[in-house]
Amino acid sequence: MTKVFPLRACWHAALLCLALLPGLAPAQLKIEITSGVTDPVPLAIVPFASSGGADNGVDVAQVIQGDLEGTGRFKAMARSAMTATPSRAQDVQMATWKAAGNDYVVVGRVSALGGGQVAVDFELLNALTGQQLANPRFTGTAAAVRDAAHRCSDVIYEKILGIRGAFATRIAYVSVDGSPPAQRYQLIVADADGANARVILESHLPVMSPAWSPDGQWLAYVSFENKRSSIYVQQVSSGTRRLVSGRVGINGAPAWSPDGRKLLVTLGGSAGTPNLYILDLATQQLSRLTDGPSIDTEGAFATDGQSVYFTSDRSGGPQIYRIGLEPGAKPRRVTFEGAYNARPRLSPDGTQLVMVTQDGPNYRIAVQDLASGTARILSHGRLDASPSFAPNGAMIIFSGIEGGHSILQRVSIDGLTSQRLRADSADVREPVWAPFAR
Amino acid sequence: MRKILTVMLLVTVMALGACAHKPPKDTGAAASSQVPAAGAGAEANGAAGNSAAGANAAGGGVDIAGPTEGILAQRMIYFGFDSSELNPEGTALVSAHAHYLVAHSSLHVRLEGNTDERGSREYNIGLGERRAQAVRRAMLLQGVAETQLSTVSYGAERPAVEGHDEAAWSKNRRVMINYVQ
Repeated sequence: MTKVFPLRACWHAALLCLALLPGLAPAQLKIEITSGVTDPVPLAIVPFASSGGADNGVDVAQVIQGDLEGTGRFKAMARSAMTATPSRAQDVQMATWKAAGNDYVVVGRVSALGGGQVAVDFELLNALTGQQLANPRFTGTAAAVRDAAHRCSDVIYEKILGIRGAFATRIAYVSVDGSPPAQRYQLIVADADGANARVILESHLPVMSPAWSPDGQWLAYVSFENKRSSIYVQQVSSGTRRLVSGRVGINGAPAWSPDGRKLLVTLGGSAGTPNLYILDLATQQLSRLTDGPSIDTEGAFATDGQSVYFTSDRSGGPQIYRIGLEPGAKPRRVTFEGAYNARPRLSPDGTQLVMVTQDGPNYRIAVQDLASGTARILSHGRLDASPSFAPNGAMIIFSGIEGGHSILQRVSIDGLTSQRLRADSADVREPVWAPFAR
Repeated sequence: MRKILTVMLLVTVMALGACAHKPPKDTGAAASSQVPAAGAGAEANGAAGNSAAGANAAGGGVDIAGPTEGILAQRMIYFGFDSSELNPEGTALVSAHAHYLVAHSSLHVRLEGNTDERGSREYNIGLGERRAQAVRRAMLLQGVAETQLSTVSYGAERPAVEGHDEAAWSKNRRVMINYVQ
């Protein structure tokens, strides 16, 4: 696979774009907290020192504050209330910060290392004991300062709450604007906080079902750009992509195997009966997993890669089933509560299943414990859909309708905290949280 | 003038594909152009279809393909919630188009299945396909050749009408009979 399009041709084309179309900058997501815990951890995140513009214009402390407060579990001290701005642990007058009600203090600095490299150092201090809990250094290019800030957030979150942070990760989602039938569909990749959004595919026909490869480098998705569904895999960094299934009928619901070598796909064939298949990406070899006239779709590999969860209406309405990969394996039903359970996704540790469930007239996000079979409804919307686990398993991102628009929402697995991620001018949906970078 | 506009649009769309989104070289078996040029045509047809169904048209100035006389101007077959069964109006419309297709065996239609927005998206792709297949089977029974028919399901991805209530949903649960030129 190679990248194409010579630069000059691109220039001409770009000029035409500018002349005839509005800009391609994707709608920026804004995070709003919809519910938080009643006793958030109070901490002070002191503005970081920066020597000679090393921070590249990024307010590192502000990014960290956005990350931590965005979880609904932290409350940061207002900057206006700070009487000093130390950037090193030895300069912190701890009694003052403690008296202001802080349990923790974060101080740090960004410095140039030469050769375009910068370092972000910080110290996490326990305001009650004075103990230093962490003092990591992250280095990278000036363009990576924002990413370094998210890594700082990861460390603070883990040190205080005991759960690995997932701030330095990415999400992908579909954005749709314009009125039917003249809609524009974009596949967008952004940082987990919605920043650095960029369009990786745009079409006037639907784009759907993005799925991250286990190494976080590729997205599989469905595009109707040829007036029928096709499955592509695209390398996010380069834009290089490959058509992997453009067969007659439905080509849908791609999901990666844990080793990244295979794609679980739904194929409808000319008779239009959707069934699950496993596609070997290297050999293009296809093996059938389910059969029959029912709709079998939305497959997801179990964490160990030895079985597959999927939606099927073989018993009437949609329910979730599990099937082993061995020849002759029979599907076994997994969900029994409610008339509509669909689109299973596994938690990173493999113990829980998240799905769309019908709750009265509403469609909501539910989590089912696989060992006990008990399900809990985690969302409160009317038309919630497309749940996806954060790679640390602590949060779920999904889509919902609010004020007539499709927005993204996050909810913690304990249901205590939730946030909205809204785009001003577009409907955003089908969020998928990328795995941790390897 | 229209031709010039169309060419400009196409070039622009190609430019979008080329620059902003870096389409890679196709290594797959089928065509994989990132240029949604064909999509532009489909939008135009979609607009015409909606127009026939009484919805707001926002087409690109392309004439509706296929017959426009009497009932044949109608291209939308509507369905009940979670159903792929043809109602009497739908059956009559499918029959009219089937007779026309039998009499004009060089014509081809794409049956585009759609659902309302409720539930999960890929499951809705399955439901939309089931609706398109129901129309296809009815047409085959009335003598339309298999080669004249193809199906596609857009599920909930291409609503005809915006909105999040039954008024919109009932217009979106549909199969569009799209004459392909």
